[in-house]
Amino acid sequence: MSLARLATGSLVCLSCTACAGWQSALEAHGTPATGLLHLTWLLFVVGALVWICVMAILVLALRSRAAISTQATATPDTRVERRLNRAVTGAVIATALIVMGLTITSFWVARVLSPESSSPLRIRVRGYQWWWQVTYLDARPDRTFITANEIHVPSGRPIVVELSAADVIHSFWVPNLAGKQDLIPGRDNTLQFTAREPGTYRGQCAEFCGLQHAHMAFLVIVDPPEQFEHWREAQLAPGASPGGTQEQQGQRVFQSKACAACHTVQGTSAAATVGPDLTHVGSRRYIAAGLLETTRGSLAAWIADPQTLKPGTNMPMVPLNAEELNAVSAYLVSLK
Amino acid sequence: MSAPRSQPVNDTQLDSAGLARRLSQTWATPKGLWGALTTVDHKIIGRRYVVTALIFLALGGVLALLMRWQLARANNGLIGPDLYDQIFTQHGSNMMFLFAVPVMEAMGIYLVPLMIGTRNIAFPRLNAYSYWLYLAGGLMLWISFALDMAPDVGWFAYVPLSGPQFGAGKRSDIWAQMITFTEVSALAVAVELVVTIFKQRAPGMTLQRIPVFVWAMLVTSFLIILAMPAIMVASTSLILDRLVGTHFFNPAEGGDVLLWQHLFWFFGHPEVYIIFLPATGMISAIIPTFVRRPLVGRLGLVLALIATGVLAFGLWVHHMFVVGLPRLGESFFTVSSMSIAIPAGVQIFCWLATLWDGKPVMRVPLLFVIAFLVTFVIGGLTGVMVASVPFDTQVHDTYFVVAHFHYVLIGGAVFPLMGALYYWFPKFTGRLMSERLGRWVVSLVFVGFNLTFFPMHILGLEGMPRRVYTYSEQMGWQSLNLLSSSAAIVLAAGFALFFIDLLRSLRRGEPAGENPWNAATLEWATASPPPSCNFVHIPVVTGAEPLWENPETIEVAEGLRADRRELLVTSLTEARPVARESSPRNTIWPFLAAIATTVMLIASIFTPWAMVWGAVPLAATLIGWFWPKGTPEDES
Repeated sequence: MSLARLATGSLVCLSCTACAGWQSALEAHGTPATGLLHLTWLLFVVGALVWICVMAILVLALRSRAAISTQATATPDTRVERRLNRAVTGAVIATALIVMGLTITSFWVARVLSPESSSPLRIRVRGYQWWWQVTYLDARPDRTFITANEIHVPSGRPIVVELSAADVIHSFWVPNLAGKQDLIPGRDNTLQFTAREPGTYRGQCAEFCGLQHAHMAFLVIVDPPEQFEHWREAQLAPGASPGGTQEQQGQRVFQSKACAACHTVQGTSAAATVGPDLTHVGSRRYIAAGLLETTRGSLAAWIADPQTLKPGTNMPMVPLNAEELNAVSAYLVSLK
Repeated sequence: MSAPRSQPVNDTQLDSAGLARRLSQTWATPKGLWGALTTVDHKIIGRRYVVTALIFLALGGVLALLMRWQLARANNGLIGPDLYDQIFTQHGSNMMFLFAVPVMEAMGIYLVPLMIGTRNIAFPRLNAYSYWLYLAGGLMLWISFALDMAPDVGWFAYVPLSGPQFGAGKRSDIWAQMITFTEVSALAVAVELVVTIFKQRAPGMTLQRIPVFVWAMLVTSFLIILAMPAIMVASTSLILDRLVGTHFFNPAEGGDVLLWQHLFWFFGHPEVYIIFLPATGMISAIIPTFVRRPLVGRLGLVLALIATGVLAFGLWVHHMFVVGLPRLGESFFTVSSMSIAIPAGVQIFCWLATLWDGKPVMRVPLLFVIAFLVTFVIGGLTGVMVASVPFDTQVHDTYFVVAHFHYVLIGGAVFPLMGALYYWFPKFTGRLMSERLGRWVVSLVFVGFNLTFFPMHILGLEGMPRRVYTYSEQMGWQSLNLLSSSAAIVLAAGFALFFIDLLRSLRRGEPAGENPWNAATLEWATASPPPSCNFVHIPVVTGAEPLWENPETIEVAEGLRADRRELLVTSLTEARPVARESSPRNTIWPFLAAIATTVMLIASIFTPWAMVWGAVPLAATLIGWFWPKGTPEDES
């Protein structure tokens, strides 16, 4: 029995490892992540070689043995001493050369990967405890829109992310695409990357930002350019008007209860900006910054008891009866 | 036989046994509680410091195990976010401020006066005061943890998370005030060590003949003196922001959140070397004894210590590579961070050359040196990696960095410390620790450590940020986390065995005698444990390895009085005798002053007026402390 369980266990582990990699610096799918991965391997190989050399010297140095009672030499032979000093000097010069080489490589990589691009797509990301507000900028103000926790980008086009923080320091990190950059209150940072091919990558806040730092994730969905344009048009539209009676009731609940005090649904009277914009919440893959997959059930669970699912979140528990909860989750999931 | 009070008793007037008896009376600490509270003996205070720091090490280790238990599997519900945040903050703050720095200073407090051949540390009352303050700071932090009000903002307490708006309650104030306690005590010890090393060396111990461990403590003390004021400014500004409404770190009012990071890391990076340099000094003390020859490139080693100390102040921005500083500035800090590998290389290669030419004696202290070399070189190399700005943007604030700094701090400092405790335990207690248990300890700790922390490098590259209280199974981090958590049990078993061996050897260890390792330095030229006066006669030094050069007899200096506490003051470079100086007697005032300081600092968490009213009893205790005793002036 235990053997079988062990086998299943390791299979589960293997399959997990297989589905992993959507938030990994070791699987690069864009610029600068690919260059950074090459640099990682270079540093690793140089480091491993240095370590092996040092260990070889150590092993050889320890080949003889003695007892603690052995008479100690207070003044060693000066010839031997000179030879040892020369060896140490040589090793130190080698160290200096390696370090210099790595420094120059590091500068070179930084220069090669530094942003230079024409007509990038500009996205503004603002960090909140514990979710991400995403604003797509456009020269025409009416083509600007806001979403949350899910970033769509076209493949092959440079993206400039303008980073700012609303409360404490956060850090924007999508390891498959780029290194991280902090979001700092009172400062503006930018991060640039280009995704090579379509795919779904996960990012996560990397700077400790309080209770739910562990649940402050987001997705970067790389679409083919034309599909991205479809998505953008869909996001520009106001929230879907409720179809069925339940959805209509849900909308009424949303607007009359506390929901509308914090959230926006474009095209309705709900226009508050304390919490994430919910205009198209039903189209996003996760709710609560990567905590739960978006389903009607998970929305209901989240609304019913956010503090159990994500202790400390700023989303309060809004007293709703079962019917209202049912209606509001039906409404939200319909906001495709 | 006792001379009349008015007549000074000189050591030349007594025979050897009589002198030893007289001196131990003069320098003795009375038994019982009163003696414990009034002692100014550096050995008693140093031992206390070591024991307290080791207790904090054990407590911090328990916290580490709790974290590993929580992270052993995905979506584990064992520990909630609030407690987890307290645990990792407590673990980091405790290990850095209550264990690592104090234990290194403690070894210096105990060993430096013995290694340079003097009878007590300089400013012994300040030394007593520093211990009580350290203990109070440690107790405050741990009591707040027991009361569920421990700091929860990480050991570097970044604003604005730790500021008045987001750090609710008293948690961040407790963190900041704990910093005040430990920094005052660390600064006190640093000043004592510098003065002791500069002015109290045995006659003939010129700069070239100072043991490398003592050099390491000297450089460390200067680092403390230069680095601690930065954190003092930082933590005081934070307290002011939180308590009296200043806006040092509030961007809305013209403050700057990055100011905190600059101030913190201007201290925080030298802090790493404050911990690491004494450890290298321990390595430099252990290796010659266990290969039966002096260090190769002694001058180079000392210069490397000083170079590391200087460079340590030019590295702090490598903790801030992703905050968006100008590229040119970052490049400067890449160069400085990479170049610290050069003095580290000098040290490593000098040790290797010493091992190469020596005759290794495979006893436990040397085994720890080997464990240190294997592990620390990995930590040093990942240090070179993270010095590269582009690479660091991927691994900063991930488990890769967690792995890196544990390789440097445990591999680089705790392994040498454990080796040093096996090495000097016989000097502290007169008994040897167990060779058989010691081998088990080295093996368990070495294997456990590497299996616990090596996988974290991979986890970091696979995207696992540090300071997350849980992760979802979709991330694929479970196997490596489980491996790491399981290996942590092995590591903990190693430490447990270490503590068992320490306790066991106190009573049942094999008697050691004066110099069980046939070592060369002066601390082995007196009894184990040393008498209250350290040396009946102050030795005269004629070389860097005094006990190897004159194995039978060592020359001594005479002329100090036996009926009152007197030290020999020598010149800075040549260590020529210049004066006899009296050394303070046992006194309760440092203890009372520490209590007054503690009350003032803790009360100031709750009201700023505590600084005003609390200054009154503190001033009273200081007046008592410095009240003139009517002792005659020192003689040259």
